[in-house]
Amino acid sequence: MNLLETLRVAARALRRNKMRSFLTTLGIVIGILAVIAMVAIGEGAKKKVEDAFASMGSDLLIVLPGTTTRGGAFGGFGSMPTLTWEDLKAIRAEVPSVRYAAASLRATSQILSEDQNWTTSVTGTTPEFFDIRSWPIGSGALFTPSDVDSGTKVVVLGKTVADKLFGAGIDPVGLTVRIKNNPFQVVGVLAPKGQSPMGQDYDDAVFVPQSTFQAKIQGGLQKYLSGAIMVSAQPGQTTRAERQVSELLRDRHRVPVGADDDFSIRNLTDIAGAQQQGVSTITTLLAVIAMVSLVVGGIGIMNIMLVSVTERTREIGIRMAVGARPRDILAQFLVEALTLSIAGGAIGVVFGVGLAKLLGSRMGWPVLIRPDIIVISVVFSAVIGIAFGIYPARKASQLDPIEALRFE
Amino acid sequence: MATPIIDLDAITKTYRMGEVDVRALRGVTLSVAEGEFLAIMGASGSGKSTLMNLIGCLDRPTTGSYRLAGDEVSRLGRDELAAVRNRTLGFVFQSFNLLSRTSALENVELPLVYSGLPARERHARAREALGRVGLGDRVHHHPNQLSGGQQQRVAIARAIVSRPHILLADEPTGALDSRTSVEVMALLQELGREGLTVVLVTHEHDVAEFASRLVVLKDGLVTSDERRVARVARPAPAAEEAVP
Repeated sequence: MNLLETLRVAARALRRNKMRSFLTTLGIVIGILAVIAMVAIGEGAKKKVEDAFASMGSDLLIVLPGTTTRGGAFGGFGSMPTLTWEDLKAIRAEVPSVRYAAASLRATSQILSEDQNWTTSVTGTTPEFFDIRSWPIGSGALFTPSDVDSGTKVVVLGKTVADKLFGAGIDPVGLTVRIKNNPFQVVGVLAPKGQSPMGQDYDDAVFVPQSTFQAKIQGGLQKYLSGAIMVSAQPGQTTRAERQVSELLRDRHRVPVGADDDFSIRNLTDIAGAQQQGVSTITTLLAVIAMVSLVVGGIGIMNIMLVSVTERTREIGIRMAVGARPRDILAQFLVEALTLSIAGGAIGVVFGVGLAKLLGSRMGWPVLIRPDIIVISVVFSAVIGIAFGIYPARKASQLDPIEALRFE
Repeated sequence: MATPIIDLDAITKTYRMGEVDVRALRGVTLSVAEGEFLAIMGASGSGKSTLMNLIGCLDRPTTGSYRLAGDEVSRLGRDELAAVRNRTLGFVFQSFNLLSRTSALENVELPLVYSGLPARERHARAREALGRVGLGDRVHHHPNQLSGGQQQRVAIARAIVSRPHILLADEPTGALDSRTSVEVMALLQELGREGLTVVLVTHEHDVAEFASRLVVLKDGLVTSDERRVARVARPAPAAEEAVP
């Protein structure tokens, strides 16, 4: 008996008990629907975290100065300036796995336009900073290396600040703002970047050349860099860059072998990885719960197939009498179970995708439907069909034809 | 006599029923030539059903040898027995055993489905077989739309569609009225005249009279085996019955 024939017989048998077939399938439909929707929500959340970290800059390392220790109490990273401007130059020049490095000096200050004021974070840095953060300019231009060299009073505004000071829709390039009573010319406004993974608004910030920052906003020790060094590694070399920067700084700071670093390096890829790990764990958990309902659906199929085998004992006997081999009977019932489960899987995919999209649009949840999950779901429902169909099908195929023919 | 088509030699069959062994057949030796019309009679419990099942390759003997068309079949596995049933044997049962909610045509096609014939050829042969039993105009009827006699004729069409050597009929008239019984027997005799070997199991003397050889079983043994002139089945003129 060929496959097409087997399929035809199965389809006919299932059509005979439409309601029963539908209800049996429903178990699988709900299972697959739940898996698809859960994974879509989980993947959406993961994607959101991923995007948030990507927006911070890819392959990003943050080098912070060391800590002060006073009577055994640590002052926290950055409390003691240990990084020097020479360190920054060395990182740029001597570490091949580093693509860009820039200082990031930060202060909080009030900024005034003609008729508005806003208190925000002011960062003194160099143009590489925007490459490191992969942060394009929205209008106007970035300040230039020569602005940094000569300490020009120019400022690049974040979108939020530009809107607060000048109102949305007004391009402030060429206008002047005052920071700590110094007039700064606005040379550019950055493209909006959105929120950090912790929900902080990236666009609520302004940027000035580091030399200007030191001269006009927050004086510091000339030798020491009183902020952080942002480092962007060559693609995929974050870990190596972290190690090389660490070795270089230990060497430059003459940290003895075995002693603690007098600086610290934050690897954002690691932090992002940890966050995603958390989301992935939840996704997996949800998917596993959904799969439990699939298994329950499978048991439903097994149950109905067992009933069907009993009801059709005589039919099985007739088929055997006219020459059906045990394997023909096995195939027939297995194909029936498979048809139920795959049909359930396919319907479940349609409704699962629908539900995910509905949640996405109505509830505003980030959802991501991965095509491979759809394929896996359908394959998994087929596996369920085989796993739970094999026992009833075997039972049918092992029937004694004489007994089966006598069955009332 | 040429090589017998059915050659049973010292066949025994013992069933285990709980603690006791039931010896359904206790050494049956029987050979049937091609084209014979044989009736097996016996009271219930005589072993005639067991013998029928063994001849029909639905079961295997405990001891003894069974050569069917020259091949030893008593030790074949389930798959091989299925193949023998498919090609060499055709069954007709007392209760017709047609698939319900399935057209006459599809019922008749069933053996051909398992011999792997392409659909087109199956349809053609099934139609031919239905025509042969006089139901050429009922191919799309379902069993519940056919009378008992018509259902049994569909079953006969199914039994002959794979062009077997032997037709096994187990109480084929048991569920039919006397007039319809005669019709069915006339059809079986006609098939017999065309060369088909027919083995009939019955407990009715009237029906056994249509056979040219009568084997009587008692307590698992053959007690008589005689050839005689068969009564020719002549259906009443108003043979074509109305569909209920």
